[in-house]
Amino acid sequence: MSSKPQDLDALVGQKYRHGFVTDIESDTVPPGLDESVIRLVSQKKGEPQFMLDWRLKAYRHWLTMQEPEWAHLRIADIDYQAISYYSAPRARGDGPKTLADVDPKLLATYEKLGVPLHERARLAGVAVDAVFDSVSVATTFRERLAKAGVLFCSFSEAVREHPEIVERYLGSVVPYTDNFFATLNSAVFTDGSFVYVPPGVRCPMELSTYFRINAANTGQFERTLIVADEGSHVSYLEGCTAPMRDENQLHAAVVELVALTGATIKYSTVQNWYPGDEQGRGGIYNFVTKRGECRGDDSRISWTQVETGSAITWKYPGCVLTGANTVGEFYSVALANHYQQADTGTKMIHIGRGSRSTIVSKGISAGHGSNSYRGLVKILPSADGARNYTQCDSLLMGDRCSANTFPYMEIRNPSAIVEHEATTSKIADDQLFYCRSRGISQEDAVNLIVNGFCKAVFKELPMEFAVEAQNLLSVSLEGAVG
Amino acid sequence: MLSIRNLHVQVGARKILKGLDLEVSTGQMHAIMGPNGSGKSTLAGVLAGRDGYEVTQGSVLYQGQDLLAMSPEDRARAGVFLAFQYPVEIPGVNNAYLLKAALNAIRKQRGEPELDAFEFLGLVRQKLQLMQMDESLLNRSVNEGFSGGEKKRNEILQMAVLAPTLAVLDETDSGLDIDALRVVADGVNTMRDPARSIVLVTHYQRLLTYVVPDVVHVLLEGRILRSGDAGLALALEERGYDWVRREARVA
Repeated sequence: MSSKPQDLDALVGQKYRHGFVTDIESDTVPPGLDESVIRLVSQKKGEPQFMLDWRLKAYRHWLTMQEPEWAHLRIADIDYQAISYYSAPRARGDGPKTLADVDPKLLATYEKLGVPLHERARLAGVAVDAVFDSVSVATTFRERLAKAGVLFCSFSEAVREHPEIVERYLGSVVPYTDNFFATLNSAVFTDGSFVYVPPGVRCPMELSTYFRINAANTGQFERTLIVADEGSHVSYLEGCTAPMRDENQLHAAVVELVALTGATIKYSTVQNWYPGDEQGRGGIYNFVTKRGECRGDDSRISWTQVETGSAITWKYPGCVLTGANTVGEFYSVALANHYQQADTGTKMIHIGRGSRSTIVSKGISAGHGSNSYRGLVKILPSADGARNYTQCDSLLMGDRCSANTFPYMEIRNPSAIVEHEATTSKIADDQLFYCRSRGISQEDAVNLIVNGFCKAVFKELPMEFAVEAQNLLSVSLEGAVG
Repeated sequence: MLSIRNLHVQVGARKILKGLDLEVSTGQMHAIMGPNGSGKSTLAGVLAGRDGYEVTQGSVLYQGQDLLAMSPEDRARAGVFLAFQYPVEIPGVNNAYLLKAALNAIRKQRGEPELDAFEFLGLVRQKLQLMQMDESLLNRSVNEGFSGGEKKRNEILQMAVLAPTLAVLDETDSGLDIDALRVVADGVNTMRDPARSIVLVTHYQRLLTYVVPDVVHVLLEGRILRSGDAGLALALEERGYDWVRREARVA
């Protein structure tokens, strides 16, 4: 009786709930990309020299790179010169210092989104950093976190106020040369979140970031860096939404996690970027590089993601298990409905001895959706006694959608134990009929079956977000059957 | 309660029921017997609203309503229950959760308040005891990894909790060992009620040793060829079905 009943009636008729545009004055750099744009962005943000140098190195490297084509995706050509690389709500004076300085229209937007910036946040015990287009708008609960020694602020602020930590860890997990989109991000990233948890500290609350793309023709290139020092523990959640627009918008984020000896990082994502309409027009291109390194022994990184949005999702949150006896986990629910395409999975790189990883991937395809799991399990010669368990399940609804599984394994140590299980099932008419013959409506029955299918992943989400994820899934699947 | 007139049903081009008539009065228990392929499960499926059956002629009235015009969930909410011959597994869906959702959907239809978790658990515990079922069954996924006997008992548990007005049990006795059969039979017997009708669809007579129906029908060649009291079941057990067929032809 762990899952909560959902009030489906209340959700009926809803399409994409977050598809509104906030009419707000913004400071947007004209479309196009060259070194002067990067210098301008860096200058606008008041960055130290090392940051600008790093951006320029990345940009010059990016110019030598080609867009990747290996993913199982149909992507319209992206014109990188047509994107604006910086859009900020116009600040009054020198930018918001406290919530009182934030444009009330922006706060109203977050209210609509259900981001609990004010007292609601305190009740929920969640500290929120909200990123609107390119800049971080407000970070709540800073004081309580500061008391525990936890640094939680926008990336821009971290660059200015904690440059030594940023310089030390930035690019240490995802180097600026990593891949086309990560390199682009390294050159032009505008904001994101930064977390540092000092040794031995258990972060007193869930940390959370809400990302929103508002302005038209802007890309969002946020960058998140989380460092958990020795023996610390932190749980972090990101949520994402965007307005409905007919054109595609690019989102190319980078997330880097560093777990030192004995530290634990739990990173959860509920991604609900605008998926495009029922004919596949518009929607977000979500090309994201997420990687964590269990750098110290006995450290642990756990990724949980619920991906219901975006026209195209292309992401493989991975773990580099460098330390001995480290643990990497990946729990994923990815939904592709209408004309959505998802190519997602994980990479587990085992370097340390006794490192263990678990992968549980649940792909749901409906409408004309295409859903691919792509996962790499790599066990290096040094990883004595490494273990991996992978379970990939696909659920098909209707007969126009597709599901693919691309598991890659590179095992270079004979003592490793690697298990892979994969299933593909259709929402069986039998299951639906069984539920309906017990008095449960068709829609509720679909939700019941899908939630059951995803249960192993939902139970990894923080409580309050598990409910949100279930609701999101039921809204996204409306009309998928029958 | 249930009135079936001249029912013709086909699956694809194959005609399965060819003019079936059946009247079940309130409070009665009827057994429908017949060999494999005689159309027993088709009848049960049509009553519950399963897809894939085409009704070409005839009518089914349930409490005066046109049952065939109702969706499966509306039939359930109106008090019709089908115990499945092959109960379906639904991975990850908690057995108790499904049952509670079903009960509350039905209660809502009846204008009764929904039960909360505690009230529900109280009710289910009482029924579990009746079915001699272990409470751990509630917290497992629906029918997943259940033994054949557990699945059938789970069907009877659902029936006991949902308290239907018309229960159709499709081969609930098949695949049960003698102990499980007794438990299921006891469950069915406790469900007998002046306000409830029960239709047992069965292949064998053995369930009828423990559950004594008011009327026994023989379903052969897509129609009810003979009806009688409980003694008819014994005659079938001894003599098989051929004599029914022969006598029907003579008549």
